[in-house]
Amino acid sequence: MQRLMTFADDWHRFLDSDIFYSFRRSRITMVAAVVTLFLILAALFAPWIAPHDPFDVATLDLMNSELPPLWMEGGDPRFLLGTDSQGRDVFSSILYGLRVSLVVGFAGVLVAMVIGVGMGLLSGFMGGLTDAIIMRIADMILSFPAILVALLINGIALSFLSQEAMHESAIYVLVLAIALTSWVQYARTVRSSTMVEKSKEYVQAAQVIGLPPMLIMIRHVLPNVLGPVLVIATINLGLAVLTEAMLSFLGVGMPPTEPSLGTLIRIGNEFLFSGIWWVVIFPSITLALLVLAVNLLGDWLRDALNPKLR
Amino acid sequence: MLSFFIRRLGQSVLVMLAVALLAFSMFRFVGDPVTNMLSQDASVEEREQLRENLGLNDPLLVQFSTFVSNVVQGDFGISYRNQRAVSELIAERMPATLELVAVAFVISLLVGLPMGVYSALKPNSWLSHLFQTISLVGISLPTFVTGILLILTFSVTLNWLPAFGRGDVVELGWWSTGLLTVSGLKSLILPGIMLGLFQVTLIMRLVRAEMLEVLRTDYIRFARARGLSNRAVNFGHALKNTLMPVITIIGLQLGAMIAFAIITETVFQWPGMGFLFIQAVNFVDIPVMSAYLILVSLIFVVINMIVDMMYYLLDPRLRADRASANSH
Repeated sequence: MQRLMTFADDWHRFLDSDIFYSFRRSRITMVAAVVTLFLILAALFAPWIAPHDPFDVATLDLMNSELPPLWMEGGDPRFLLGTDSQGRDVFSSILYGLRVSLVVGFAGVLVAMVIGVGMGLLSGFMGGLTDAIIMRIADMILSFPAILVALLINGIALSFLSQEAMHESAIYVLVLAIALTSWVQYARTVRSSTMVEKSKEYVQAAQVIGLPPMLIMIRHVLPNVLGPVLVIATINLGLAVLTEAMLSFLGVGMPPTEPSLGTLIRIGNEFLFSGIWWVVIFPSITLALLVLAVNLLGDWLRDALNPKLR
Repeated sequence: MLSFFIRRLGQSVLVMLAVALLAFSMFRFVGDPVTNMLSQDASVEEREQLRENLGLNDPLLVQFSTFVSNVVQGDFGISYRNQRAVSELIAERMPATLELVAVAFVISLLVGLPMGVYSALKPNSWLSHLFQTISLVGISLPTFVTGILLILTFSVTLNWLPAFGRGDVVELGWWSTGLLTVSGLKSLILPGIMLGLFQVTLIMRLVRAEMLEVLRTDYIRFARARGLSNRAVNFGHALKNTLMPVITIIGLQLGAMIAFAIITETVFQWPGMGFLFIQAVNFVDIPVMSAYLILVSLIFVVINMIVDMMYYLLDPRLRADRASANSH
């Protein structure tokens, strides 16, 4: 009961806060939040919502292939958005694809955050040569477009692994590629705030009582530099989803056996000229909607929380 | 000033050396180059012979310096997949990519610049709000989705424009151009729009932000006070001063467009360098991969360097900051 009370308290405090006020003022942000939440829930509950399991080969029937969406002539009530050339339900594929896209996006952002924050802490706290090396590497990565760096990492992984192993570990390679292209922004932010924190008295006090640098960094400095990191993470989620989709579309991302939205678009693209447009259009719309909604949320959060980052 | 140029040049050379080291280690350590180049049933002597010819028995430092001196002379080795010199393959594909990028660049300037200027001069008109919305959608819409939508509309449904390839090309020496034939020009339209669209958004936002900034300055207010016409103030004074930073950033974006052409070329099966690179990634054709990497990096580094030096020459205010920013 006590805990429930404090929760209710927190909730009211949140409703009264500036952030919530600016949230309510911006109608487009509210729409974006609803769309994002809706898509995340759809992905989370895909196995229960999806009318078919697109990966269960036994349930596929070639008789059902290339059916148009429900509302068109020849549409089948069982397949809301039609079927692809192998009789897979497009709606179900999208739900599962959304799941993969979001998992890769979130994981990519998370790993990038861990690498970036670690590097930034190290760089800002140690200074000197460590700082110089880390920051020069960061500069180099930043001076190339993300897609090129990601492709390169993917290419290197591809050449180390066999084709089958690549299919199994595609998701890890993708997460790594996304993380390695986007950690720089976190590192730069954390580095500069670490350098500010470093000269403050509590850090000097910790040094005087002889705590090891590692402990000071993690226990004392880290909590104080984490604020802007969360904002960057939100902004980068859209970018991560987009990078994943691009790589999958180029054929170096998720394999067709475990498709993300990008893979679905790639597969649909092959049938562009045979007139079954629904196989490519619906995953594309879903992807665009997801990225747009997440970007809008990120933009709003940046402006609401930290106008300086603009 | 000379010392700044030399330092900047040294930095660029260092970056290129790092890229070369990366490309070299890809070639040397990813898989065995000898196995990649010979067929399955080559004898042990043949392998040893090739190993010796490639210099794989030399010390690593010697191998790396040979690699660098080869690359500087334009020798990127032989493609694993089709057994041809990589430099030849790339030279064949380069005109297609460069023409595509040039067309996209022109499109993005012709559309983005007026849009940006308009929404800076009339920030509250409905058209400016529309432009803002379009630019947000433009940033969020994945480029390959735009490409697919373009193909569906103009190629599949309306059948107006071709959806893949370059059309007929004319050979001018080693340069093959699609700009001189009707089908070549028609083939350039859709990919050009797709590649240019993202840049349109960027240019528009940039011009708008810069121009709003300039319009607030004192010299614009004085110009108005002197009774100059709106046209003279807006275009003679404001736009002129807006363009300087815009031009540099657009210049930097040129390199990004060459990289992003990879996606456009995949959607439209455009026979350019990016398409070559994607095929190389899929077939683990490492010499082609590393050559593309080095080439694109070089384009990037050179553009970055030129922009930095231009800044230094054109804007004296930056000299002090720049020098101190580079010294640490």
